[in-house]
Amino acid sequence: MLEIKNLHVKLQDEDKVILKGMNLTVETGKVHAIMGPNGSGKSTMSYVLSGRDGYEVTEGSATLGGKELLDMEPEERAAAGLFLAFQYPVEIPGVGNMTFLRTALNAQRKARGEEELSAGEFLKLVREKAKTLKIDADMLKRPVNVGFSGGEKKRNEILQMAMLEPKMCILDETDSGLDVDAMRLVADGVNALRAPDRSFLVITHYQRLLDHIKPDVVHIMADGRILQTGGPELALEVENNGYAEILAAHGLTEAK
Amino acid sequence: MQDADIREGVDRETVETVQNMGSYKYGWETEIEMEYAPKGISEEIVRLISKKNDEPEWMLDWRLQAYARWVGMTEPDWALLDLPKIDYQDLYYYARPKSMVEKPKSLDEVDPKLLATYEKLGIPLKEQMILAGVEGAENINLEERQVAVDAVFDSVSVGTTFKAKLAEAGVIFCSISEAIKEHPELVQKYLGSVVPQTDNYFATLNSAVFSDGSFVYVPPGTRCPMELSTYFRINAENTGQFERTLIICDRGAYVSYLEGCTAPKRDTAQLHAAVVEIVVLEDAEVKYSTVQNWFPGDEEGKGGIYNFVTKRADCREARAKVMWTQVETGSAITWKYPSCILRGDESSGEFYSIAIANNFQQADTGTKMVHLGKNTRSRIVSKGISAGQAQNTYRGLVSMHPRAKNSRNYTQCDSLLIGDKCGAHTVPYIEVKNNSSRVEHEATTSKVDDDQLFYCRARGVGEEEAVALVVNGFCRDVLQALPMEFAMEAQSLVAISLEGSVG
Ligand SMILES: Nc1ncnc2c1ncn2[C@@H]1O[C@H](COP(=O)(O)OP(=O)(O)O)[C@@H](O)[C@H]1O
Ligand SMILES: [Mg+2]
Repeated sequence: MLEIKNLHVKLQDEDKVILKGMNLTVETGKVHAIMGPNGSGKSTMSYVLSGRDGYEVTEGSATLGGKELLDMEPEERAAAGLFLAFQYPVEIPGVGNMTFLRTALNAQRKARGEEELSAGEFLKLVREKAKTLKIDADMLKRPVNVGFSGGEKKRNEILQMAMLEPKMCILDETDSGLDVDAMRLVADGVNALRAPDRSFLVITHYQRLLDHIKPDVVHIMADGRILQTGGPELALEVENNGYAEILAAHGLTEAK
Repeated sequence: MQDADIREGVDRETVETVQNMGSYKYGWETEIEMEYAPKGISEEIVRLISKKNDEPEWMLDWRLQAYARWVGMTEPDWALLDLPKIDYQDLYYYARPKSMVEKPKSLDEVDPKLLATYEKLGIPLKEQMILAGVEGAENINLEERQVAVDAVFDSVSVGTTFKAKLAEAGVIFCSISEAIKEHPELVQKYLGSVVPQTDNYFATLNSAVFSDGSFVYVPPGTRCPMELSTYFRINAENTGQFERTLIICDRGAYVSYLEGCTAPKRDTAQLHAAVVEIVVLEDAEVKYSTVQNWFPGDEEGKGGIYNFVTKRADCREARAKVMWTQVETGSAITWKYPSCILRGDESSGEFYSIAIANNFQQADTGTKMVHLGKNTRSRIVSKGISAGQAQNTYRGLVSMHPRAKNSRNYTQCDSLLIGDKCGAHTVPYIEVKNNSSRVEHEATTSKVDDDQLFYCRARGVGEEEAVALVVNGFCRDVLQALPMEFAMEAQSLVAISLEGSVG
């Protein structure tokens, strides 16, 4: 599904190199987790995959279903099935949450040459999906993310994901800042979306999310690349022992 | 919830409209045989316009007085506008379709070409039709959504719908030329009582040469049974449009009035100098909404309408209320300050404005809130959006007179910049001459936020649509003050006006 090969990325306006030869393959229908200390480049990777400005790819490639992602506009990547649940969801004052969702959904459908959803169909769908995420009518009406609590913002990201039905979902620290109940809601939302033709890349600091969303593969990332890959037990190991040992094995220290 | 659903429908409609549209979509021209007064302005031309309208003597005298005054006046130069020289002798002051020489007695007799023009503009001149279909319209009482239209084409009113139905309620809605003949006592009493002939250069010019416009009278205690609207179309080349609107809302009455404007694309600029006077009596309320979409000129700044408009409401008695809402997307130059004279005690005025300037457009617009009565209230919400190389100025006066004790004003003035070649300016004038009144002013200037655009795009929304979405969000407070049909049109206009402003 997603294949990142030897990806090198620097900031456009600075000499700072952030991704240093990143390799990652997420197979169709699988759930991969990425863990790693702050500053490893996890968010940068997800932004670069989604097409945010400000980065320069100096080497390497990233493909989605065999298509080169890095040549596409952000909206084309979305239409091709890529979805990023933002670590920090953005507020858009004055734009109703529902309007936003509907605009996005129909823009994607249109880009794919599919029929747009009518108002009735859309409303039915959004109410159904919102219910399972415990998102009430009021939250649907309010402007996108404005005045939402941390938990509401993250649930809203999952709602968008549920509505847009992407093929490749990247969740950037969707669990951080959530209490146990909120995290369970988010995890349930994600689990409900698991499907043989849908892949996930879950970025997290904590094992506890992975108790709910069981990963097939766990990667440890630091200093702009994947250091180690293993099964779910790797997450447990990190939870118990921290990153120090793994980092040391690669000549890195925690402070980095 | 139902309301919210309709709003959602409205928002979506906008986005779709935008997707399906090119830029200025009203730029086509109606080919129709016209009759013109000779070019230029003189006493003879003033007499001729009066004669064409079959006016009584008093009206002609009034015009001539204005003309005599205008000859000695000079154009104002205080606005932040780079004004090209206007040659007032190189314009036509009167142009009417030949088919309108014999006034049609009913809408059925109106020239099909004219009817087709308004149909193409989306303005229904048939009484069974309502304005553009709204999502969820099946839930709306159709009667309530009916809108009466007065259609003004160049210098003349082509027709007014729902006159009979309005007359049943005692509401007079007709062209001003007709009112001058049919209701002279009302016109004589109120014309020039809000915007005096001597008010300013353009108002004086208008007083001399105005050719048509709309007239509304709502009798005491009457809630006007439907929304009223006037649709102004400038079609003829090198022709100025000088319309005059007079609205009188008698004691305890209510009316909501909409105004729309478009013109063909031409590479020479055209002059539009209108006057709107609103008289609001005790406990009466008027809502006046404008979507101004005159041709703004092309990407290089050629052509477009020069829009010099004097709009003023006089809350003449206690508890009178007026609300101006304007969406200014068109015109090469906009010079416009819809104002409220809060004369009656406890009267109130509101002004909601969206002004968009793109490419080489220049807008200098705002309001005046003149507090004369005790316990008067005013509220100003202005959203200015600048893109391309445009200059956008908010100019507002809030004045609290000594007698206006315990009065309040709240002003919120937000500017949004797209790109770095445009400008936004805020020029508030505040005069408080008593110590029990309060004036609050808040102003912000921001840029369209890259993170917001990226967030939209990461969800699949294209760049221009993303800008439209974010800008519509920025304008939300004002869009919500508009009647629904207008809100829809306004939102899509916002998007269209900003086309080509990113990337
Ligand atoms: N726009 C930026 N400007 C400056 N530094 C940045 C920018 N984006 C990322 N960085 C830096 O790149 C490194 C990786 O950041 P990030 O991708 O957010 O890591 P993570 O998500 O793994 O915590 C950090 O040192 C961070 O400070
Ligand atoms: Mg991060």
